[in-house]
Amino acid sequence: MTTLPVEQLVYQRPEALSDVHTHYCPGCLHGVAHRLIAEVIDELGIRENTIGVAPVGCSVFCYNYFEVDFVEAAHGRAPAMATGVKRVLPDRIVFTYQGDGDLASIGLAEIMHAALRGENLTVIFINNAIYGMTGGQMAPTTLPGMKTTSSPMGRDVETSGFPIRICELLATMEGATYIARRSLHNPTEIRKAKKAIKQAFENQIHGHGFSLVELLSSCPTNWDIPPAEALKWIETQMVPVYPLGDFKVVKN
Amino acid sequence: MAKELLKGNVAIAEAAVRAGLEAYFGYPITPQTELLEHMSKRMPELGRAFVQAESEVAAINMVYGAASTGKRVMTSSSSPGVSLMQEGLSYIAGSEVPAVIVDVMRGGPGLGNIAPSQSDYFQMVKTAGHGDYKQIVLAPATVQEAIDLTLLAFDLADKYRTIATVLLDGNIGQLMEPAELPPMHEVRKEPPAWAVSGAKGRKKNVISSIHLQPEELETFNRKLQAKLKTIAANEVRYKEYMIEGAELIVVGFGTAGRVAQSAVKLARAQGIPVGLLRPITLWPFPEVRLSQLADEARGFLVVEMNTGQMIDDVKIAVAGQCPVEFYGRTGGVVPLPDEVFAAIARLDQATLPASRIPVLNG
Repeated sequence: MTTLPVEQLVYQRPEALSDVHTHYCPGCLHGVAHRLIAEVIDELGIRENTIGVAPVGCSVFCYNYFEVDFVEAAHGRAPAMATGVKRVLPDRIVFTYQGDGDLASIGLAEIMHAALRGENLTVIFINNAIYGMTGGQMAPTTLPGMKTTSSPMGRDVETSGFPIRICELLATMEGATYIARRSLHNPTEIRKAKKAIKQAFENQIHGHGFSLVELLSSCPTNWDIPPAEALKWIETQMVPVYPLGDFKVVKN
Repeated sequence: MAKELLKGNVAIAEAAVRAGLEAYFGYPITPQTELLEHMSKRMPELGRAFVQAESEVAAINMVYGAASTGKRVMTSSSSPGVSLMQEGLSYIAGSEVPAVIVDVMRGGPGLGNIAPSQSDYFQMVKTAGHGDYKQIVLAPATVQEAIDLTLLAFDLADKYRTIATVLLDGNIGQLMEPAELPPMHEVRKEPPAWAVSGAKGRKKNVISSIHLQPEELETFNRKLQAKLKTIAANEVRYKEYMIEGAELIVVGFGTAGRVAQSAVKLARAQGIPVGLLRPITLWPFPEVRLSQLADEARGFLVVEMNTGQMIDDVKIAVAGQCPVEFYGRTGGVVPLPDEVFAAIARLDQATLPASRIPVLNG
């Protein structure tokens, strides 16, 4: 007797990811980051217990893409808003999703002090070295020499300063328990990124304190590079400036 | 409860705690710091949230987050700090979450000084944040009133899902007076249906102030305005003093209103037919009542501890029916009753009908 193969579902939309089209540009990696977060939320069984905090930037509408309660913060203020939510609902899982302009420029004070206080939060930080939503201006993370609409000759460190390394900075803070940088430029790195995101959520579940995962990401539209080349650009141009790895891991 | 000798700032803090406050977020600034200090001790004692934020910007956004859960939350600050909070206030208004803000005013502009002032009338009553919105502004003149209006602020904020503010000058914040605190209220157990709490057994809730389509934002703004109109119709509060038979009307709030009351008493003793209207809600403003008084009055005198801010609203109410004069001290100077009395006497002389001007013989 021959047995027919049983059909097995091996890949599906996570329950925490909304069944809608996103507004992101072709080749943008926000979708990948969203999916990883949604998979982690599903795997940890925390969808009904989670509150997200959306930023201002390209991911301003990310509350449309997750099936969890959400609040929409002012530009850069997500860590403060998340602090407010978490302090009155300490048994809920609260995460912020922030871009580099939001977190590393206008919201630098809020992210640093949330880390210093050891707020029991999870922060997902998308670094694509540019302001996407406003059309490609220089970000605090823009690489030296990189051309943007507000650094048309390339970022001149003499007048515009240097890129900021958030993980290295936050790792010095005693309140931070898990600080890691990953990249989304190939499947191997994406798998590593998911593991880090899961760690950051698990830390919060166990009450360990502040966790942040920085994800190097691309912006083909504003970098003016085709999507496949943009992935290569992350690997060859961004990773040397923003090395991947764990910058702080505090075990319980 | 018995009366006790209480400092304004501490009385407000304790009143808020007893109103069922679940989270306080603030930043030190004179002359409201005692409020924050009281919270730093009391809130943890009760197992409630207290955070000294890194700035007023962070504090108001912590309020925004905590208010999105439907809990009773507040912050307090003083003029320059409240300037920093305007961004957050606009977002809170645009999201229609309830929040209570206490502003213990000091002298401005800029760093100004730490002396009592009423120079935040514009930024609080007209709202300095971007967009079309208003916030309830309650202006106590005594420590007891500061306690009572703090309780009211929480009730109104919850009732209308709006910002309710208590606006006092540093004088009332620092003053010690006998006053009675309310009993301890229970903290609300269940979150309101609109609040974020985790999407358990229901569709997700989103708290946001964004409406990208112009028509959508217009619809929201009209809905917000309709709510504000309801508040304006139902929540006007003021106190009158010696208004019976008054031909001259003095208008002042907070400490200026209190000083003006002494001046009105002096003037009445001299036979000048003057009365006082002290607005307790600065928004909504007692416009209708002032308009009624303007029908019969010879003139108005607005007394403020600034260079003339509320006077604009009095002029709108009076609508040119009679003169509206101003007496103010600024920079942290508190007017004395004698000065206000002199201003009343000048207004009396200037507005006397021809038939009543004494004719000198010889």
